[in-house]
Order: sequence, then structure tokens, then C-alpha cells
Amino acid sequence: MSSKLNSRIPEGTISEKWTKHKGSIPLVSPANKRRIDVIVVGTGLAGSSAAASLAELGYNVKAFCFQDSPRRAHSIAAQGGINAAKNYQNDGDSVFRLFYDTVKGGDYRSREANVHRLAEVSASIIDQCVAQGVPFARDYGGLLDNRSFGGVQVSRTFYAKGQTGQQLLLGAYSALERQVAKGRVKMYARHEMVDLVVVDGKARGIIARNLVTGELERHSAHAVIIASGGYGNVFYLSTNAMGSNVTAAWKAHKKGAFFANPCFTQIHPTCIPVSGESQSKLTLMSESLRNDGRIWVPAELEDAKAIREGRLKPTDLPEEKRDYYLERRYPAFGNLVPRDVASRAAKERCDAGYGVNKTGEAVYLDFSAAIVRYGQEQANLKNMTNASEVEIREMGTKVVESKYGNLFQMYEKITDENPYVTPMKIYPAVHYTMGGLWVDYNLMSTVPGLFVAGEANFSDHGANRLGASALMQGLADGYFVLPYTVGTFLADDIRTGTISTDLPEFDEAEKAARARFEGFLNANGSTPVEVFHRRLGKIVWDKIGMARSEAGLKTAIAEIRALREEFYRDVKVLGGMFEMNPELDKANRVADFMELAELMALDALTREESCGGHFREEYQSEEGEALRQDDKFAFVSAWEFTDNDPGKAKLHKEDLVFENVKLVTRSYK
Amino acid sequence: MNLTLKIWRQKNAKESGSFATYQVSDISPDMSFLEMMDVLNEQLIAKGVEPVVFDHDCREGICGMCSMFINGEAHGPDRGVTTCQLHMRKFKDGDTITIEPWRAQAFPVVRDLMVDRSAFDRIIQAGGYISVNTMGNLPDANATPIEKHDADAAFDAATCIGCGACVATCKNASAMLFVSAKVSQLALLPQGQVEAADRVRNMVHQMDLEGFGNCTNTGACEVECPKGISIENIARMNREFLKASITA
Repeated sequence: MSSKLNSRIPEGTISEKWTKHKGSIPLVSPANKRRIDVIVVGTGLAGSSAAASLAELGYNVKAFCFQDSPRRAHSIAAQGGINAAKNYQNDGDSVFRLFYDTVKGGDYRSREANVHRLAEVSASIIDQCVAQGVPFARDYGGLLDNRSFGGVQVSRTFYAKGQTGQQLLLGAYSALERQVAKGRVKMYARHEMVDLVVVDGKARGIIARNLVTGELERHSAHAVIIASGGYGNVFYLSTNAMGSNVTAAWKAHKKGAFFANPCFTQIHPTCIPVSGESQSKLTLMSESLRNDGRIWVPAELEDAKAIREGRLKPTDLPEEKRDYYLERRYPAFGNLVPRDVASRAAKERCDAGYGVNKTGEAVYLDFSAAIVRYGQEQANLKNMTNASEVEIREMGTKVVESKYGNLFQMYEKITDENPYVTPMKIYPAVHYTMGGLWVDYNLMSTVPGLFVAGEANFSDHGANRLGASALMQGLADGYFVLPYTVGTFLADDIRTGTISTDLPEFDEAEKAARARFEGFLNANGSTPVEVFHRRLGKIVWDKIGMARSEAGLKTAIAEIRALREEFYRDVKVLGGMFEMNPELDKANRVADFMELAELMALDALTREESCGGHFREEYQSEEGEALRQDDKFAFVSAWEFTDNDPGKAKLHKEDLVFENVKLVTRSYK
Repeated sequence: MNLTLKIWRQKNAKESGSFATYQVSDISPDMSFLEMMDVLNEQLIAKGVEPVVFDHDCREGICGMCSMFINGEAHGPDRGVTTCQLHMRKFKDGDTITIEPWRAQAFPVVRDLMVDRSAFDRIIQAGGYISVNTMGNLPDANATPIEKHDADAAFDAATCIGCGACVATCKNASAMLFVSAKVSQLALLPQGQVEAADRVRNMVHQMDLEGFGNCTNTGACEVECPKGISIENIARMNREFLKASITA
């Protein structure tokens, strides 16, 4: 292991580590907490819950978001649910099983101790949210309902229709606003972090751009928490929000925080397919739909062709001419295999010519069987022994609507097709990034005082995240981990006093930020930022997407470097610095994506194995399954930024030790 | 499709604004309304005209950021959608489309089509929460069963995205639908009972301070609400308010 990486995993058996560690963290008295400032960047599930919880403890919190309100953060769009090892269904769930499923689902590239802690605190999250008034789905007895997600064989997912992220975020947001009202949190909406300020080797503040006035502001603190989400928008088209960006994390990386596993990105199997050139984003159809939807393509090439050309309707194709390829290849898990497996299987069928839309890049997600099954159940409940097919379909449709109504409505608005009648068309799309800033067990990065939470860190999901685990991790980090672990750093700061923003480090960071913005404005080029972003996205999707190869990755690096050079020479940004100027903000974000993209390619090139979402064509079994190389690659890649060039980043390795889960080939057959 | 757009342009909160007319071409019916705006902005940048500023983020109808008043309707002519979910297939080739920001005293214009909705955050700060700190040892989530009907009704109220279409639509610029959705959600749940009286009083008081108008039961808010929040919530809030006033 690199000497610069100390994961600080506590001693003891896996189930004792967190309890013992919590008990040993130095405490900061309430009077001293009032003298300590903490900055939180981002107000999604991780940021809002951290800001609220730290303020409740007594710290002075400053929270930042680029949106007009903390409630808009993109956690709001999470649909399907949140996992917790409650075992309410009495189906054999436990903390250990959630831990085991997550390590296995991540294809054995996550840190055991972190994942176990996540499973341990999962049940408290549900208790906390219910106490806040989060309206989870309930059954007729008034108790909480659960459903199942990919990669697991129990029902441990709590949900609020297809709007679970919204309800959880509004819960955290209300806790945050309660602290804003008390004056314990100062909220800076429409502000974007544009640099990290490091003083004497410690994270002591940020430079933020006020997006309304354009002013660069200095904010100091004793510690900085980055909870700014993932970097999926490096692909241009993704299910992320338009504003989601890597800038806060990337600037921290350039100031010394190592970036871990950047090539681990998640391509989600069920999204609405791309329809045209001007498309700005992709929309997810929740994985929860795979509880009831069956995925298929035509079994014969001629039928697929006829469907593409509009000569045949999917509903006219008899059962025996359909290929339910997930059920065929993975009988034990069927349609509920993990995301990476489902995505690759869809790509395999479409590449072989079985795609069902004009572009040939779509498969069916079909609810007709579920509608009939639920309809029959209703008929039985109502003692309707002679229910007609139409009546059964009608009743079944109502049940499906009550479970997934908002998703079906979204689908219909976007595609102009009724998914209750004809199967949905779906295709994989970029959704989540497992990679992120490297953190130790306390969620502290390689810059002392800089903590990283939620999707922005790399910690818990290995090479592939299981469904309904992102919400769990974001809230675990914010509600139940950081409030304890920040003490490991802040206990030494009770006598430090307020950090001055007149320090030379603030001067330098502000000047550098200003020079960057002026550079974009003064380039006087001819090409809008959007065009560069779109071109970057195409390189990343084609060559660092669902399948990667040595040759492709090397080409990608050359293309990205050339595009970056062209960007600084030819970008066109109108307007000025000291006014609201979204194009200027976008230029700043895209500039960072261009650097990150090269590091992703470098990481993918270095990792000569296939694992989870990282699929190197050179490393696959005869059946096309991912082939890990545990003897050589059971480590976390942590990249250090050097020589002011992302292509010259230095690799540090954190060896992964598996003491509680045996390293085996992942099988969902 | 080729379209004529009449768009409100305003440099900042202090200067006054006016309509500008633009032509936009090559619009596909499958584009979303905001993708049409992206095309317009790329065409404007090419001509050296500063692009139109508007709020948008998730582009899947849930963040509540997009906020355009299109041809006299909040979020445009379709029902049950936000501006980002509105598709150009709802318009015809050759149409003239008028696009304005939300208009309300409590929502000052920031720039062009972007407004300041921080009044909504302040109303939540006044009481739109349950006072529970983060604790690792709260009662088990299943300790208090909640009747499914109440849980579902609370969920329906809780789906409000805080976009402000209700305010923009209302002739009085009333925020009653927004405020009542949060009051209802928490009033319907046992966890919300303890603070119910203070909550409704404080939130209504803050709503009045922010300069929102009164409700005169025209029901336009419910029609334009992209999430179908029912005005039954306003009735429930009025009952809660009356109850709080009597018992105070």
C-alpha cells in the first residue's frame, strides 16, 4: 500500500469495528463546537443531512448549492427506493446479508469495513426518516411496505412510489431549513465552489462564485465537506441533472485530494432510449420496474427487423418468438440481475441485431404479464370467479398504476406511447459514478480536514452499485457517519479560532479562479461551450463507456487532449464576469470534465481486468462475462494530481483485504 | 418546425425588461420545450446575442426548477407536466409562442425568465418540518402504524415540487396551494401532530409577510399544478388554521 494512503480501518472483528471506533473518537464539547465552522458543499441527501446534523450538534455550518434552493439537488430525482436491513418481511435479511450483497454486487472492489458500517446504520435511517414525516409506502395494516431490487434475493427496499429520492431529500431539506431558521446554518444558494483553499496542509475554506452577481467570495472554515455528487455528465448525455458537475471534487483533487477509481461508472440498464441529436439528457425508468416488468427482444432477426421498420407490433409477437434473455441467461436472478450485468446483456442483444427501435438500440420492458397477474389477484380478492379478460386487465392496470404511476406518466409524456398497452422501450444510460475522491474510514480525503460524502466519494459500491443503495449511502454518510468522524479532525481545532480570509492562500486561490474565468471570456473563439461538451461526451461514451479496449482508450486519450487544447483556443462565451452568466459557469464545469475524462481513460487503461461496470473487452469469459484478475487488481486506484497535467497523474494503490466475504467469481445464474 | 418566439428579456432585478422576438428553425416535435430553448440559445450565441437565461436542472419534472409562463399558462399548454416535460409536439409549425417569467411580487425577476423563489424556503423555515434531531435510537419505524389512506394522502400532498406554478397562475399570486400541501402532509401523519397548531400559524404568517395574495377559491392553481396537488389541501389548511386559532 502506498505510504500516502492510510485507510484507518479500526481493529477488531467486522461487526465490532464501528461501535468501538465511535467510542474512541475524541469528543468536542458543545461550547467548543460553537467556535468551529464547517463548510458543506452540495445539498443533496449527503450534504443536507450532514449540514443539518452537524448544526444540531452545535457546529457553525455554511452550506452551498448552485441551485436556487437546497431542495433542488439531484437526489430529488432518485426513484426506486432505499435499502435497509430491517428484515420486516421475515425473508432472511440481516446486516450481514446486506453487507455481503453489497460487497458481491460491487464485484469485490469495495472496502469491507465501510460497507459493513453502511449496513449497520441502514435501519436507523428508516427510523429517522419516518420520524421526520417521510411518507413511505404502507400496506393495509399500516406498516411499511418493501420491494426488491437487482442483485438481491430479499425484499429490503423502502419506497414512496417512484419518488423516494424526492421524499427523502425533502425530509433532509426540512431538517436543514429548521437549522437555517435557528441561525445554525447559513445557506448560500446559487453559489458554486470554484476552488478549495488549503492552509498549512489543511482544508480551511473555499472560493465560491455568487452565480447571481458573478462575484468571487472567500469563505473560511475549520473543515470542508464535499457532497457535490457524481460526475456522470462527463458523458454529456446521462440521467444526471443539467447542472450536475465535477468541479468541486476536481478542484479538490488538484489541491491534493486523490481521486479513486475514476473508471468505475454505472450504466443503468433501464432508461428511455436516445431519440435525436438535440437531446440534452436521458431519463431513467426506475429499476423497481424490473420487479414486475419482463425484458425481452424478438428471438428471430427477421422479427426484429420487421419491428424496426414498423411492419410488426410487439404485442402481436407470440410468446415462443420472444427471447427473455435475462431469464434465459440468469435463471436464479432473472430480470433482477445487477445493473452492470443487465446493461451488458442489452448491449449484447442489440449489437447482435435484435434491437427494437429505429436506431437499433432498444429492448422491451413488458408489463403485460404483471397486469394479468395482479388483475387475477384482485379478481380472487373480490370473489369474481367469472371475471372477463378485459376486467382482469383493467384491475391489473390499476394495481400497476398505483405502484409506478408517475414513471408510466413520465414515459408517456416523453415518448408519446402508452406503456400500459405496448411494452416500454429501454436502453442503458449513464446513471451513477462509483469512483470519486478517495476517503479513509472517517470519510476524510488525503487533504486533512477535507471530508467527502455521498456519490462524491468512492467508498462503498466497489465497481458496481446495487439499486437503492445510493440513497442509503448518502444518508448514512450525512446522518450517522460524519457527525461522529469529523471529531477525529476537529477535536484539535478547539483553540484555533476563526480562520482569516485575508491569508495569502485565499488571495492566490481567488486570483487563480478569476484568471480562469477571464480566460474563457477572452478566448474570443467561435464555438459554444455546449458543442465542446457534446463532442467530449461522444468520445467518453464510445471509448470509455460500456465496453473498453486498450486501443480505444489510447485513442480516447489523444482525442481528449486535442479537444481540450481546441477548447481553450476556440471557446466562445458571451457576457461578462460580474453578472449572472450561466454560459460562463458551464465553461468552467466543462473545462474540468475535459481533464477528468483523461484520468478516467488512464484508470481504465491501467486496470487490466473486467469488474462490475468496468468491462475490458480483452478480459471476458467464453460466455462474455466479466473476468476479474484478483491476484493483480484487488486494489483501489487512488490517483495523485501531478505536474499540472491529468495525464501525468501518479497511481497509489490501496490493497483490498477480504476477511469476511470470500473472493469468488460473481454468479447470478 | 419553424417558430416565432416572443421572450421576456431583463438584464437584472433593477432594470426593467421588455419582449424580444426571435425566429427559431429546425425544431423536431420530439424535442422538449427546453431543448428547443437550447437550440435557440446556440443560434443566438452564433449571432453574438447573449443567450436567454432560464432556470432548469433535472429535466425530468421533479426538481421544480424550470418555471416558464408559456402562452399565458404556467408550464405551457399540456397538463400534469413541468416545462421540461412539455414537448414540441404540442405546438404547430409556424406558431408564435410567448414566454414570460413567473409574475408575482414575492418572486422578483433575477434575469430574463429566472425568478427568485427563496420566499418558499423561508415559509418552510417557519415550520415546514417536524422537530426531530438526528438520533440513532428513535422508535422503530413500524412502532406507529399509519392507516394506508392517511399515508397515501400525506404522500400525495408531499409530492409538491415547489416550482411556484400555483403562484404564477393565481390572479392574486397566492401561495396557498404550496403552503397547504406541506401543512397537510404533516397534519395527516401522527408524527406531525405535536407541533400542528404552531406550524400552521407560523407558516401562514410567513406567507403573508412575503407578500403573497389571498385565496379566492378560483381553483386555477390546481389545474396548472404539474403534480396535481389538490385544493382539498387548502380546505384542510383552513381547518387546521381555525383549530389552531380557537385553541390558542
